[in-house]
Amino acid sequence: MAAVQDGQMELDAEKETKPEILSDGTSNLSGNTASGTLSSSPLTAAPAGGAPKMEDQQTLIAVLQFLKRNKLTDSVEILRREAGLGEDQEDSQATDGSGGGKGDVDGGDANSLLSRVSITSAAAPQSMPVKRADDQPDVSVVLSAYSQQGDPSLYQVYYSGLKNFIESVLDCHRAELSQLFYPLFVHMYLELVYNNHENEAKAFFEKFSGDQECYYQDDLRVLCGLTKKEHLKGNEVLLDFRTSRFVLRISRDSYQLLKRHLQERHNNQIWNIIQEHLYIDIFDGMPRSKSQIDSMSGSLAGEGRRELNKAKVFHGLLKEPEIEVPLDDEDDEAENEEGKPKKKKTKKDSLGSKSKKQDPNAPQQNRIPLPELKDSDKLDKIMYMKESTKRIRLGPENLPSICFYTLLNAYQGLTAVDFTDDSSLLAGGFADSTVRVWSVTPKKLRKVKSAADLNMIDKESDDVLERIMDEKTASESKILYGHSGPVYGVSFSPDRNYLLSSSEDGTVRLWSLLTFTCLVGYKGHNYPVWDTQFSPFGYYFVSGGHDRVARLWATDHYQPLRIFAGHLADVTCTCTRFHPNSNYVATGSTDRTIRLWDVLNGNCVRIFTGHKGPIHSLAFSPNGKFLASGSTDGRVLLWDIGHGLMIGELKGHTDTIYSLKFSRDGEILASGSMDNTVRLWNSMKAFDEVETDDFTATTGHIHLPDNSQELLLGTYHSKSTPVTHLHFTRRNLLLAAGAYNSQ
Amino acid sequence: MTEREERRFAEVPRESIKLMAESTGVELSEEVAALLAEDVCYRLREATQNSSQFMRHAKRRKLSVEDFNRALRWSNTETVCGYGAQDALPFRPLKEGELFFVEDREINLVELALATNIPKGCAETMVRVHVSYLDGKGNLEPQGTVPTAVQSLSEDLLKYYQQITRAILGEDPHLMKVALLDLQSNSKIAALLPYFVYVISGVKSVSHDLDQLNRLLHMVKSLVQNPYLYLGSYVRSLVSSVMYCILEPLAASINPLNDHWTLRDYAALLLSHIFWTHGDLVSGLYHQILLSLQKVLSDPVRPLCSHYGAVVGLHALGWKAVERVLYPHLPAYWANLQAVLDDYSVSNAQVKADGHKVYGAILVAVERLLKMKALSLTLAAGGGSAGLPGTTTGAVGFRENSPGLSPPPEPLSEPPLGIASHLQAGGAGCQWEEWTPVSLPAMYCELYSFFGDSLAVRFSTDPPLGGAPSSRSCQPLEGRKEPASGAPNLENTRKMPQLTASMNISPRQDGSPRMEPQPPSLAATVPGRSLARSSSSSSSVSRSRSSSSRPGRSTSQSRDIFPKARFPLPQAGPPAFSFIIGGRQMGRRCQGRRFQTSFTPTPPLNTLPPRAYAHKLPVIGRVSKPVRRWTCSHYSLHLPL
Repeated sequence: MAAVQDGQMELDAEKETKPEILSDGTSNLSGNTASGTLSSSPLTAAPAGGAPKMEDQQTLIAVLQFLKRNKLTDSVEILRREAGLGEDQEDSQATDGSGGGKGDVDGGDANSLLSRVSITSAAAPQSMPVKRADDQPDVSVVLSAYSQQGDPSLYQVYYSGLKNFIESVLDCHRAELSQLFYPLFVHMYLELVYNNHENEAKAFFEKFSGDQECYYQDDLRVLCGLTKKEHLKGNEVLLDFRTSRFVLRISRDSYQLLKRHLQERHNNQIWNIIQEHLYIDIFDGMPRSKSQIDSMSGSLAGEGRRELNKAKVFHGLLKEPEIEVPLDDEDDEAENEEGKPKKKKTKKDSLGSKSKKQDPNAPQQNRIPLPELKDSDKLDKIMYMKESTKRIRLGPENLPSICFYTLLNAYQGLTAVDFTDDSSLLAGGFADSTVRVWSVTPKKLRKVKSAADLNMIDKESDDVLERIMDEKTASESKILYGHSGPVYGVSFSPDRNYLLSSSEDGTVRLWSLLTFTCLVGYKGHNYPVWDTQFSPFGYYFVSGGHDRVARLWATDHYQPLRIFAGHLADVTCTCTRFHPNSNYVATGSTDRTIRLWDVLNGNCVRIFTGHKGPIHSLAFSPNGKFLASGSTDGRVLLWDIGHGLMIGELKGHTDTIYSLKFSRDGEILASGSMDNTVRLWNSMKAFDEVETDDFTATTGHIHLPDNSQELLLGTYHSKSTPVTHLHFTRRNLLLAAGAYNSQ
Repeated sequence: MTEREERRFAEVPRESIKLMAESTGVELSEEVAALLAEDVCYRLREATQNSSQFMRHAKRRKLSVEDFNRALRWSNTETVCGYGAQDALPFRPLKEGELFFVEDREINLVELALATNIPKGCAETMVRVHVSYLDGKGNLEPQGTVPTAVQSLSEDLLKYYQQITRAILGEDPHLMKVALLDLQSNSKIAALLPYFVYVISGVKSVSHDLDQLNRLLHMVKSLVQNPYLYLGSYVRSLVSSVMYCILEPLAASINPLNDHWTLRDYAALLLSHIFWTHGDLVSGLYHQILLSLQKVLSDPVRPLCSHYGAVVGLHALGWKAVERVLYPHLPAYWANLQAVLDDYSVSNAQVKADGHKVYGAILVAVERLLKMKALSLTLAAGGGSAGLPGTTTGAVGFRENSPGLSPPPEPLSEPPLGIASHLQAGGAGCQWEEWTPVSLPAMYCELYSFFGDSLAVRFSTDPPLGGAPSSRSCQPLEGRKEPASGAPNLENTRKMPQLTASMNISPRQDGSPRMEPQPPSLAATVPGRSLARSSSSSSSVSRSRSSSSRPGRSTSQSRDIFPKARFPLPQAGPPAFSFIIGGRQMGRRCQGRRFQTSFTPTPPLNTLPPRAYAHKLPVIGRVSKPVRRWTCSHYSLHLPL
């Protein structure tokens, strides 16, 4: 009778004051475990305030006795020192506790503490080796990792025991060890679900889900819907959670502390999970602070392993091909026109010297075979260089002008936009499966004449390229039909002859911008393809989709050249980007990680974690050293590719960032978001302020200055038009594009 | 626990499952139904979570039926058809019993097929480009109107629009106030802006109804004050509506009983407000406004009320506008006004009254011009900061006069001053481009030649003039005669409210112990003036328009006065003027307000400016033709209100 009442009281207390329960889990668990077996224990009946401390001490003493009995004197010493227990305390307790402790089979009059200890120690060895036969079903090997490992009712005990321990350790270790909570919580919950302990799983979730970091809320929402073993099979995200090991970075001191605690407590359940499902990356040195940990955590699979980020990345730029440019005459004319000869000279020199000197970080010129330059490409390069001499130097005092390309009447839903590098064409992908191409210059879009007509023209004439075009077809925009699902990604080839589009129908299509017809449909992703992008040198392109892999293609192969697998969730939209030197591909994913892949061997060379939401935009800085990423949480993170470090956090947006772009010289980072704003950031300052010494590089510890407000150069509002795409023209004019949203 | 669970998810109860099973002819046990219900819930959640991914990649915030169907399709489930409609399906409860259902009305296909109003297709998707921010700053050019195909007002907005317009143009003043207040602060009415602007442009059709015009102007004010509205190019339209109210000879002004003057004043105030707050949205707006005001002013065919509007408008735009447009135009305009004012025929009475109105407005405008100019000069000089408060306001101090004439000034006498004060507030701190300035002394001389003492009494910082009008000789000339002449005046003014000014000139010799010769600088005039204020009660002689009821007061006498005023005889201290502005009953019982001024003695100007216009109108009310019953004094300022 008394026990029932106790239980009720506990429940009431649980409802009313949650934090209190979190802090004294022991009293709780004693209620749970003891209510069945011990009816008249004075300790459980005692008010919740005083009991736990007492119990803790008693537990410790019992453990000490156990250790002594087994002649583990060193451990006894350590424990005593850490717990601050005196010899006498132990002795005094030992006398009245020894009776129950020795006789493992406790009667009804044994005190609660000892019975609990014995249950814990009894349950673990008994259940660990023995796997219940009836729970060995015909499911995949993956799932079998979750076979029965312990008494389901004790899961809460284990977890809260660990929680108490972690909360009682020194502050410097607490932050690090707190990282364990989330993966342990998920794995324990899944184990319970897998073993058909639905009610226990629900109770476990209810009790501890509130403790988890707020950035895991999305995952928890998925998790709490999952209460049946059958559901597990279909949920791929969670399957991945199990197959891949959750990576934690913990200092050696903290790890030792944890290990000792678990061994002392005989907490094999948790220890097994740690052994099997977690990867603990131990480093020597100072434990990290809470903010340091928070900035790096948040991804579905923990942080990136440090050794994975150690590989050398050739982030330098390739040598510019040497083209004889009649620069001087042209430039002189321009100088005379504009009357600023001095500035131009210096700029040109810097450009020239850059291309001559080989960057030490650059990959070999032929590391990846690149297409040879055609004459038209060379002409374009010349145009580019000419334009770049007229480029405006941007900076905090000299912000770019912004032109907004508004797509009106886009009822069908605009999903993707791309500009050509020379800003002459604009392509839009729409949810009604169409791709539309607009000319944003007065020059209209024309098709090539039909074959019969082409036979008629004089092929020797100088203006043959002009003659092949059919004037009758000139129009401002063309519509490309072919996909059978929303078009999620579009990308122009650098030479402006081709356009790629990726769609929900699982294909990537290559379109000719001369005939405005589809040339190839690349099938390989059997699921929606969220994005595609051409390499900066053309020929290669990369695509990423719902099947969680990114694929590298060449336009003349119908099968992918490389498959980059490793992401635990979709490779997201507008989020596959080529490095400027075309040797690497960066992909962002819904698993909240960014990965950098080597095109040459298909290896993942960098994993960046720290985003708290699916990543929806990526941008390489023009010098190839840095990467910027934006996600649904409205933050932009900056990464140093060479050192594999996060170097900046730009807070300000209030909604998903769908586009990021560096200015042509890399001084300004522009970000466009669903919140209808374009923001400009001082990226130069952000990169300069970071000191990347060897220490931070090796340990991966970062101190992020909280200087978003200083780095923010401006916020520019559009008129209820989400910013879908940003583009800097060759002269550093910022173009933004989006569809007017009438709601 | 279960509570929280329920709040997080919608759940399908087992009863629903059983019901659905029954409808397909399957009998389910309780147990199976419970299991199924749980599974259905999970699958639904899973599908919803998957579909949100499609939403995100489509860059939308709203989950659509299509997204959901895609998610179903990719998990090899049949899609749900029939819910692709754009508008939301109403989900209704049934009155009896706890049953909810989606309302899905039957549609008569025959009717639909034979319908003659074939729906128009969607407008074509297009790209529009505009420079939003030039060098990271501001909007370069207005974005222009959104093409009509894009504009679609939601029903709520339409309703709001109807309610608001009805409330503002309706009869209930309380409702109007509420509507205006909401219009001022509502952040979601950007889409309605063109409609409101259209309504406001309706001023042209209600020019007979002062009340409606007033309401529309209030609407403009609310729109302009709304911080969430980007007026863009609509500023131009709003300005043109306001200008209409200022300048046009409204139909309402035919009836002299209608107080269209106040409307014009208010509109002018509004104009300045729009200009100061939104003038940057339309380039060249300022010049356009000035140009149109100037055009009206220089058009002699226009009625006087239009001219009045132009003057008030200029005044509202700041003293620089007055300096640039009104001041150079004054000589030409003066002749016309003079002709009107000098015509004493009965048929001209109304026009003449209007003329006085214009006269008053001009006076107010140029006075501020002079003050501001003097102020800017002192500012430029850099040393005069200490004297600032005095130069602006010190000249016009007023107080109740002697106890014999008790009632306080009527509110009717306020408007001219009221305009002056609030326009001053609105127009302070002009910043636009420099106008080749006429020097202050020269300007003052010229203005003085138009207005004579009526100018001087309100603006006393006239050291450059040198000849501070002193009136040693005035004293004997004037007598206290106003009580005697009150009745006939009242009769003559045809019950029109009027402003009566009377001037008290007090000799300062004995007025104050602090009397010292003042150095001839602007800054130094201040203490003198304050002295004058402090000792004003000692004034003895009043000069009033009614004093002129003495028959035979002729032009020659008036000419006597002014030279005297301009060439002061040497005297021990500066003279002090007190000036009374009263209502129409001024003569009888109302004392009016008294303004006092003292003049500091300054070295006489060596070269006197030619008084080109002196003969024309030194003083309003100068009698050029002897009118039998209407005899005006030389020194009274008669402003019908």
